[in-house]
Amino acid sequence: MSSTAKADILARLRQRTHTSPPPERDFSVLEARQWTPAERIERFRQHLESVQGEVIRTTESELNQAILDRLSRSHVRRLLLGRNSPFQAGLAAAKSGDLELHVYDQPIETWQSELFNEIEAALTTTLGGIAETGSLILWPTPDEPRLMSLVPPMHLAVLRVDQLHDTLLQVVREQRWSQGMPTNALLISGPSKTADIEQTLVFGAHGPRELVVFLVDESGSGA
Amino acid sequence: MTDTHGAVPFHPNVRTALDNPQIRGNFRRAMDGLMDKRRLAFDDWELDKLRTLGSAVRLNALHHLPELLEQLDTRCRANGIQVHWARDGDEACALITDICRRRNARSVIKGKSMVSEEMELNHHLEQADIEALESDLGEYIVQMAEETPSHIIMPAIHKNTREISDLMHDKTGTEPSLDARYLTASARAQLRERFMNADVGISGVNFAVADSGTLCLVENEGNGRLTTTVPPCHIAVTGIEKVVPSLDDVAPLLALLTRSATGQPITTYFNMISGPRQPDEQDGPEEVHLVLVDNGRSEVYQDEELAETLKCIRCGACMNHCPVYTRVGGHAYGTTYPGPIGKILMPQLMGLDQTPDFPSASSLCGACGEVCPVRIPIPQLLVRLRQESVDGDSLHPAHVKGHGVKRGRLEPWIWRGWAWMHRSPALYRLGTALAARFRRLTPSRLGGWTDYRRAPRPAATTLHQAIKARRTHRRPS
Repeated sequence: MSSTAKADILARLRQRTHTSPPPERDFSVLEARQWTPAERIERFRQHLESVQGEVIRTTESELNQAILDRLSRSHVRRLLLGRNSPFQAGLAAAKSGDLELHVYDQPIETWQSELFNEIEAALTTTLGGIAETGSLILWPTPDEPRLMSLVPPMHLAVLRVDQLHDTLLQVVREQRWSQGMPTNALLISGPSKTADIEQTLVFGAHGPRELVVFLVDESGSGA
Repeated sequence: MTDTHGAVPFHPNVRTALDNPQIRGNFRRAMDGLMDKRRLAFDDWELDKLRTLGSAVRLNALHHLPELLEQLDTRCRANGIQVHWARDGDEACALITDICRRRNARSVIKGKSMVSEEMELNHHLEQADIEALESDLGEYIVQMAEETPSHIIMPAIHKNTREISDLMHDKTGTEPSLDARYLTASARAQLRERFMNADVGISGVNFAVADSGTLCLVENEGNGRLTTTVPPCHIAVTGIEKVVPSLDDVAPLLALLTRSATGQPITTYFNMISGPRQPDEQDGPEEVHLVLVDNGRSEVYQDEELAETLKCIRCGACMNHCPVYTRVGGHAYGTTYPGPIGKILMPQLMGLDQTPDFPSASSLCGACGEVCPVRIPIPQLLVRLRQESVDGDSLHPAHVKGHGVKRGRLEPWIWRGWAWMHRSPALYRLGTALAARFRRLTPSRLGGWTDYRRAPRPAATTLHQAIKARRTHRRPS
């Protein structure tokens, strides 16, 4: 049945006669959107903050402390990390006694209720950011699964300034996304939100209520 | 609303909507806000160039539609996504019901999908004893109220906070409150359980990318991501026109879509799905299905001019800017897609005989065409459909389903006489002179025209006479 439907639909579409070729696609209007590194940081920050995202500028050496400080400010006690997380050793060494570090190292089916009901925050890496829209790029992996950036009420993400790009088009082209995509890829631009009740903007719809980005600047010009 | 046998009762619906100050107020406020937000969102853009690119991207995709669909099919299968094709809504519903049955699914959680509204999927699932729950907040509200969406982006825009509070109180026991944050939190809590226990998640698709086999979803709430990630099976359903060649093409469309729809530079989540969970992954659905639905689109595709309708990326900007939509709201149209895009799409999908009032429910002010991010010439298509409604003339043969629905017996003869008179100067002079002489005898009731206006009356002097008199007057004697 299904293969007949496919044949029928394609045959009908192929009956169309085209009188002229389609117009050229001129991408220059997108390609022209470029910024200096300083402008990129500013633009990223402004856009993310305009949708209640939080940007904390820090350096590599101060990153762990910045994360711990931010967690303690929100009284987070159960933090989720990815498997083989680059932050685990540092956080474990520097953390105070009442912060529990959980690692996402089992299939979701075995601990779904705990993830949905008990984990208060998750910390992930990112593949980069997009200055134009204030977006984080995440490619979830077996080590850092999809639900980390979605289910806990707070999502913390680490972004290095040299991975801040101008536009989505630039990223797609430079990183050759068409050559192969992961099972799931995401752009995340702020905490989850809705305006479905009489246009009133509310943060924390079904995803995290808070998104905190640690923008790591190796040159030390941050903070 | 619509009834499968008779035409959409548009005029009675409009009357009801216009008499409801609540509805008019809700839409006026919302649409004013959305128009402002859109304008600001394009402030630092060369908008004309971006719209030209958006249009070119969509035209290129449509030009190669059959090849792109085959490529999408091949790439998705290679990625482990199961691809199904459906000629119409019923076939798509049957396919989806079968997938659910095979998995012994009792409960389905849904992300927002207009094509699933178009094919009345929830109703079909219900008949198969499968419970389908909408998870987008607006859709959740509309489903609780047993209504249909009144806007394609903001389904519950016709309701104000008090109505939503009353509804949630009645249906879920939520404490009455005028605080949108409280109501949203309550819906979040109720839906969390449902996400965890759902057997299948069903979503729409904003863009289907052929060369990488990627399904792109645009959303703010996170319900779309939960729908496509938590249940063990994800079924994505989309119209066949949503395919684009590559992710490069997605960039301009995404830039246009969110800014045109709600004035946001981007939505919170842009979710790109290219396959089911792999053996080493800890989460994600074990099965991903893609259902490609034709449901009349391949017919729309046949005519070069009308096929522009298929460029639509469903942003809703045309309705936000439409003086008719803003006054009557989405329900008056009685069809899945309301507003200007609905007025050109629904007659082509359902037939002009089912939607006879749609092409003329417009002042042709042109706002919809001016804001359309992919430059669909909506006013021009409305005129084309008006011609189709009266079977046009020999130069423009009509072929949209249900064409000629408005062609009367008398009117073609009147126009034939009109054309004849205008080809002969003597007859024209005689005709206008007679009209001026007997102007008081013209009828004062002219059907629908005089419901809201006075009948036009010929002037006492003809234009020729007036100009002649003016020349005589001006000439120095």
